Amino acid sequence: MTSILFALPEITVALAAMALLLIGAFRGDKAGGLVTSAAVVSLLAAAALVALGRESGVALYGMFAVDDYRRFVKVMLLIAAAGSLVLAPVFFGGQKSGLKPEYPVLVMLATLGMMLMISAHDWIALYVALELQNLGLYVLTAFQREEKRSSEAGLKYFMLSAFSSAIMLFGLSLLYGFAGGTGFDVMAHTLAQGQAMPIGLVVGLVFVMAGFALKVSAAPFHMWTPDVYEGAPLPVTAFLAAAPKIAALALLAVVLGVPLIAAASVWQPVLMALAVASMALGSFAGLLQKNIKRLMAYSAIANVGTMLVGLAALDPVAGGMSVEGLQGVLIYLAVYFVATLGVFGVVAGLRQGEALVESVDDLAGLSQAHPWLSLVLAAMLFSLAGVPPLAGFFGKYFVLLAAVKAGLWPLALIGVLASVVAAGYYLRIVKIMYFDKGSGSVLTSPRSYAHNCGLALATLFVVLFVLWPSPVIEGAHQAVERLLVP
Amino acid sequence: MIAGAMFYVFALVLIASAVAVVSVRQPVNAVLFLILCFFNAAGLFLLLGAEFLAFILLIVYVGAVAVLFLFVVMMLDVQGDAPRPPLKRFLPMSLGVGAVLLVQVVVMAVFWPQAQAVISVATDIENTKALGRVLYTDFIYPFQVSGLVLLTAMIGAIALTQRGSRGTKRQNVQAQLDRRAEDVVSLHHVESGKGIL
Repeated sequence: MTSILFALPEITVALAAMALLLIGAFRGDKAGGLVTSAAVVSLLAAAALVALGRESGVALYGMFAVDDYRRFVKVMLLIAAAGSLVLAPVFFGGQKSGLKPEYPVLVMLATLGMMLMISAHDWIALYVALELQNLGLYVLTAFQREEKRSSEAGLKYFMLSAFSSAIMLFGLSLLYGFAGGTGFDVMAHTLAQGQAMPIGLVVGLVFVMAGFALKVSAAPFHMWTPDVYEGAPLPVTAFLAAAPKIAALALLAVVLGVPLIAAASVWQPVLMALAVASMALGSFAGLLQKNIKRLMAYSAIANVGTMLVGLAALDPVAGGMSVEGLQGVLIYLAVYFVATLGVFGVVAGLRQGEALVESVDDLAGLSQAHPWLSLVLAAMLFSLAGVPPLAGFFGKYFVLLAAVKAGLWPLALIGVLASVVAAGYYLRIVKIMYFDKGSGSVLTSPRSYAHNCGLALATLFVVLFVLWPSPVIEGAHQAVERLLVP
Repeated sequence: MIAGAMFYVFALVLIASAVAVVSVRQPVNAVLFLILCFFNAAGLFLLLGAEFLAFILLIVYVGAVAVLFLFVVMMLDVQGDAPRPPLKRFLPMSLGVGAVLLVQVVVMAVFWPQAQAVISVATDIENTKALGRVLYTDFIYPFQVSGLVLLTAMIGAIALTQRGSRGTKRQNVQAQLDRRAEDVVSLHHVESGKGIL
């Protein structure tokens, strides 16, 4: 079955991006708002197309795979991309340059790269999709070119990411040299022959993992994260915090769990080391942060560390990647991206005079001035901290439970301790909002209707997840089972 | 026989022009010698039967990269008469790089028979044709995505560098029609013997 229709959602996004580019080119900078709305609609339409798909298989000469797992992740990704795009008008509306139509087009192209990453079934397909994502993200990070910090962040991100891409490509060439083919099937087949693993394969595998670690900002490859999060324009930070993490973690799970599963003895210790380092560093370094964006960067590092625990869990009986572990990672990703977007969604609407609210201390007294926004922000932060009735608790619960079942209880213990430490900085923001005296100078910018809807939906998801968790939990379970259990 | 003679012609001109690239004083001349280098390297590829690489070298390196270098050199206002830095400073570095390259060539020469046994060379089909057969069939997907990557790079380059038409003095008809005498003309009574200011 090589039907090109498998790629229908991707083709839709690509064509929509090009059509919107033309509208932007002919209508000029005035069309920014229109193009952004159209981009949100087309991303959501693509999500609906993905969700309606039923067939599974490999298309386009074995390079493009579609199954329940890929569909589940792509729906999350598209919602995250649309959600971060909704924050753009309120932010760029307050800027001198305004909202340019290139912005939504680049977000769409980067999202397209992430969709293709998720569907990759071949090393070459994986690499070109990764580069499509990266190029879009570099430009978006540097998008506010009149801001020095934005250009600096763009340059830093470009250098480090290009470097990691080169390392990953070198690793992929070693894997190709071992397997004699670029397809995932060839890799799995060659590894399953059960020969001793040559040193070249181990080196290649570690290089590929180092490349992935930088993309998901796992310690010790996290150095770019705080600077890039801080320097990038706020809607771009929201996009960076949500979408690439979903795509890269989901792809890492596919790569390790399917073609490279027979090399688990090599990658499991690497994943465990990355997980421990990320959880420890993200939790402790976050305590010192004053800037909200930097704090969210360390929060991302800590959360990615916890998710890597779920990927490191192996099934004690079958020997493959643990179904519960990967299911936990998907649930974690879902609740994490919603809460992160929610935090950025609230902050994007705040300003102090002309300046944006960036420091945590600027939020003092927010609860008196804007009780509803404070309530939303508090819900998101409690969810990130993993306080039980909220959604965030379930992500941590499923991941750490799978780790315990797989015998990784030291990692689970570190995960719990790191969560307790990290809860310190989330709760500090809540304390500043509700109990500190503020100057009352924080104002709100006029938010769009879609922005308010997004905030309301995110809050409902986070608060009511406990009442009706089955769509996410059951969906994740089914998706993972189809991927890992042949 | 002729092929052997041509190899020596291409190789000698290649080495000579490579030496010229690093030794001539005018940067523009150095870039022109670089182009000569590329042409001769392309000739060597042709002799090896790698005609696709030869054409790509000419199209990409001569047609785009070298022209870009020329633009940069001409825009940067570098003069060829600046004093040359002493050779001593670069000698250890260049000797080191040269030694590494030499070791690599020797290693390749020693292991070449083994490597040749692994690499299968199809001799019945030219490599441009072989590439063409798979590029638009088996590899259509990465090929198309590469196109999207280039599109993204293009949009990004324009979005990050375009300055708009701030400096140009374009005629704005509406602004001219909207201009009213009472807004822009003011009458002053100027006393004799004193200026306006």
